[in-house]
Parts: sequence; structure tokens; C-alpha cells
Amino acid sequence: MGNLNLDIPFFFEYLFNPPDILLYGVWLTISIAFVAQTLGVIGGLFVALLRMSQRWWLRELGKLYIWIFRGVPLLVQLVIVYTGVAAAGLYKYPDIVIGPFTLSGPMQAAILALSLHEAAYMAEIFRAAISSIDRGQFDAARAVGMSPITAMRWIILPQAIRIVIPPLGNEFTLMIKGTSLLAIIGIRELFGTIQQLNAATFRTFELFVIAAIWYLILITIMGFIQKYVEAYYSKHELPAQQNFKKKYKSRNLLSNNR
Amino acid sequence: MSPLVKIENLYKSFGNSDVLKDISLEIKKGEVVCIIGPSGSGKTTLARCINFLDTCDSGKITVGNDLIGFKELNGKIKPLNETKTSKQRRNIGMVFQKFNLFSHLNALENITIGPTKVLGTNAKESVDEAKDLLKRVGLEEKCYSYPSQLSGGQQQRVAIARALAMKPILMLFDEPTSALDPETVGEVLEVMKELARGGMTMIIVTHEMGFAKEVADKVVMMDHGQIVEIGSAEKIFSRANNPRTKAFLEMML
Ligand SMILES: Nc1ncnc2c1ncn2[C@@H]1O[C@H](COP(=O)(O)OP(=O)(O)O)[C@@H](O)[C@H]1O
Ligand SMILES: [Mg+2]
Repeated sequence: MGNLNLDIPFFFEYLFNPPDILLYGVWLTISIAFVAQTLGVIGGLFVALLRMSQRWWLRELGKLYIWIFRGVPLLVQLVIVYTGVAAAGLYKYPDIVIGPFTLSGPMQAAILALSLHEAAYMAEIFRAAISSIDRGQFDAARAVGMSPITAMRWIILPQAIRIVIPPLGNEFTLMIKGTSLLAIIGIRELFGTIQQLNAATFRTFELFVIAAIWYLILITIMGFIQKYVEAYYSKHELPAQQNFKKKYKSRNLLSNNR
Repeated sequence: MSPLVKIENLYKSFGNSDVLKDISLEIKKGEVVCIIGPSGSGKTTLARCINFLDTCDSGKITVGNDLIGFKELNGKIKPLNETKTSKQRRNIGMVFQKFNLFSHLNALENITIGPTKVLGTNAKESVDEAKDLLKRVGLEEKCYSYPSQLSGGQQQRVAIARALAMKPILMLFDEPTSALDPETVGEVLEVMKELARGGMTMIIVTHEMGFAKEVADKVVMMDHGQIVEIGSAEKIFSRANNPRTKAFLEMML
């Protein structure tokens, strides 16, 4: 044990008095996850509607989308979307300036890739949610003279959204963890920042344990928020919510599917 | 006077089973028509075809001035898309066997959602009307209850109020009391009788023979997708001609 190489003061210093770049990395992780999840929800709803369209070719298109984006590992998608696309000269990701914010090329690619990937999973969740809503709800909406769009907006979606909330929390947790892959395209989110600090200090063990602690903190906070929101929405449990539980099994947080 | 509802030579099949075979029926404004017949005879399908929830294979349905599901242009008949058909359904109320109240909305919202989102009625006016309707069906104290908090009979009365809020010219009822506990059947039938007295045109699929005898101007007996007999309540219940009608009524009583 003579060559044990642990710097305990370093560990506590970085844990309790994190440098600004580390805090910035944490913030970046949260905000990228949030934006990508939001876009993934919107995209997922859209793909779900394709998947359930009256037209066979739209349904097939939806199926194809889900097959591709769930089948290819996120890391591979990320590299194709950023490095691959730029290398092939398809798109060079110039900076996008929105007011005071500048969205760098890697950030654009990161958000795009995470959103596209997430949309495939959200599509299946929305589809299961909508199909767990009783046919009678659709009939009743049509019978009061609602057009398909009105019925979707005021009857079907509000029910689907409540059903989707528990698996959505689960997806967001996976999304936070998934952002750690972004270091590969040079984004200094939590994991990327830790790697950067490691390159300067070589305190590998201490730093990556700190990264692990940060992820656990984020995931635990997320868990509390999810519990609270679920309790709120289960006050009037919809019949469709029980159907959904039979139909859809959430991705397992412990399985390695990112 | 031309009839309010005119059904001509309606055919409908699911796969290779013919569910409706040459149904023709006329209903005048203010008439109450009860449809009776054994289970599986096509009563629900007929009711659903009238407002085009199910599409018939051939035949014509006219309600008021609308040819349901189609448009007549220069003598040619063209099918309407779902959005256009939904406009025609505004005039036709429907009450389902299983109520089908919108489960995420309370009683009041169930009633106001149609007028506000379909007709564009302003919120305050629609709430006032909804409260009046809830009062009419005896549920003014249940405004803010959700469907899961109401008994079957209460849910069905809200469903009737929801349909009435659209100010329909015709009301369709598909076995409105069949899914109810016996003790709540009466309250729903009472609301329907009140509607009939008020002059509403109604098509009611029912197994409540006593009720049919009391309110029906016309009773339609269906079997195997066909109308086997039409007559006044008095005629059908005491002097039915058709052996199938007789057999059915004997079984029901
Ligand atoms: N969506 C459907 N798909 C296939 N068959 C159906 C469908 N709806 C009804 N049927 C069939 O049509 C026949 C008539 O049904 P229905 O109109 O519900 O009769 P009723 O209301 O008189 O009991 C039944 O044989 C039933 O099985
Ligand atoms: Mg039926």
C-alpha cells in the first residue's frame, strides 16, 4: 500500500469548493439535457402521429425513423451528426447567434443528435399513451362535432400528456446521463470539464468520483421532482393511465441502453 | 312536412358479415323513435351511422338539410372529409351506453368544451348555459366533480347535458341505461322523458320496454340487420304482426 496515490485534500477542495468551470459544466449538462428533452418530446409527438397516421406510407416512415434512431447507438449518431456530416462537407455547423447567446457548432450537433435520438423513444411512449385512451373518448369528441385536430388538442393530448409524465421523468434522467457522451465532440459539459481538469492535474480517481457524485445529485433531485409531479397528476387517475401501465414498460435505468 | 331524418336503403357490413341490410326510416321533427331488437341485430351500428361515426357502405342519410357524410354538387355526390363531416355532427347529439365523459375534465368542463372549442361560444356564456343544463338534469351540485367521482346515472346525465349544450336538432341514444345499476336507471329515463315532452326529436336504442311504451311515437323492431316491423308503441306492444317481434317481446317481458 506504499504507493497509494490519493490526494484527499484535493478531493474535498474540488468537491466542496468547485471551480467555476466545473459549475459551468454542470449547468451546461442540465441545460443541454433540458433543451434536447423538450425538442425530443415535440419531435416524438410528431413521429407518434406519423406512426398512427391513416396513410400507410406515413406510418412506415414513422416506423423507419424509430427503427433507425433507437437501433443505432447514441455515440455513433453523435459522431455521424457532427464529425461525419462536417467531414463529408454536408454542413459545417457555423455558429448561430441568438440574441446574447452563441450556439457553437458542437452544441448545435449535440442538441440535434440528442433530440433526434430522444424523439424515437418519446414517439413510442406517446403512441402507447394515445393507444391506451379508450375508443369512447374519440367517439365522444367526434360526436360533439370536434374536427380531428380539435379532438387531438383538447381531448386526446391532455390525457396523453398526463400518462406520459412518469416515463418522461425516466427519459429525462437517461438524458442527463446521456449528455456525458458529448465530451467526444468537445463539449465541456460536466464530464468534458472533468476530463479537462484531469488533463491538467492528473488526479483521475478523485475527479471522476466527483463527476459521479454530481450525476447522482442531479439524478436524485430529478427523482424528487418526478415523485412530486406524479403525485400531483395521480389525484384523478384516468382510466387510460391504468391501461398504459400494462402496455408500456419504461426503459430500465440500470440497463445499459444509452 | 318533410321528415327531419330520412334514412334510405342503408347497407353496412363489417368484413363479410352484413350488419345493416336495406334500412329505410323517416322521422318527423319532434318524434321519439325507439329501436328495439335482440343483441347483435345492428342497433348500435345504425345509430352510429346516422351521425357518421361509422360509415355506411351504401345508402343515404339526411338530417335537416344535411346529407350526412356527403356533399351534393351539380347532381353529383361526393364524400366529405372528416373535418367537414364533423361540422354536420354539431347538430346531432349522441349519448353512449358507456357515457364516454371526457375523463380529464370535470362535469362543467365536459359540457362547455363543445360549445367553446367547436362553436366558439365565449367562456362565460357557455358556463352559464352549462350550469343551467346541469340544473335541468338535477346535478347542479356536481359541477366540479370528475367523471370518476360520479355514479353511472350521474355520468349519463352529464353526458346528456353535454350533448344538449350543442343545441342539437336530433338526439341519438344508444342503450343509455344498459350499463347502469338498476337504482340509477330511473333518474336517466326521467331526464329523457322530460326531453321528449320538450319536443326534442329522439332516436333511442333501448331494452327498457316500459319506457318505450310510454314515450315512443314510433317503435322500430330490428333483427339480423333488418327492420322487421315499424309501428306505434301501442301497435308493437299489443298487436305485433311479425312472429320475430312477438318472440322478442315475449322474451323481454
Ligand atoms: N367494429 C366492428 N367490427 C366488426 N364487427 C362489428 C363491429 N361493430 C359491430 N360489429 C358486429 O355487427 C353486428 C351488430 O352489432 P351492433 O350494431 O353492436 O348490434 P346491437 O347494438 O344491436 O347489439 C354484431 O354482429 C357485431 O359483432
Ligand atoms: Mg348495441
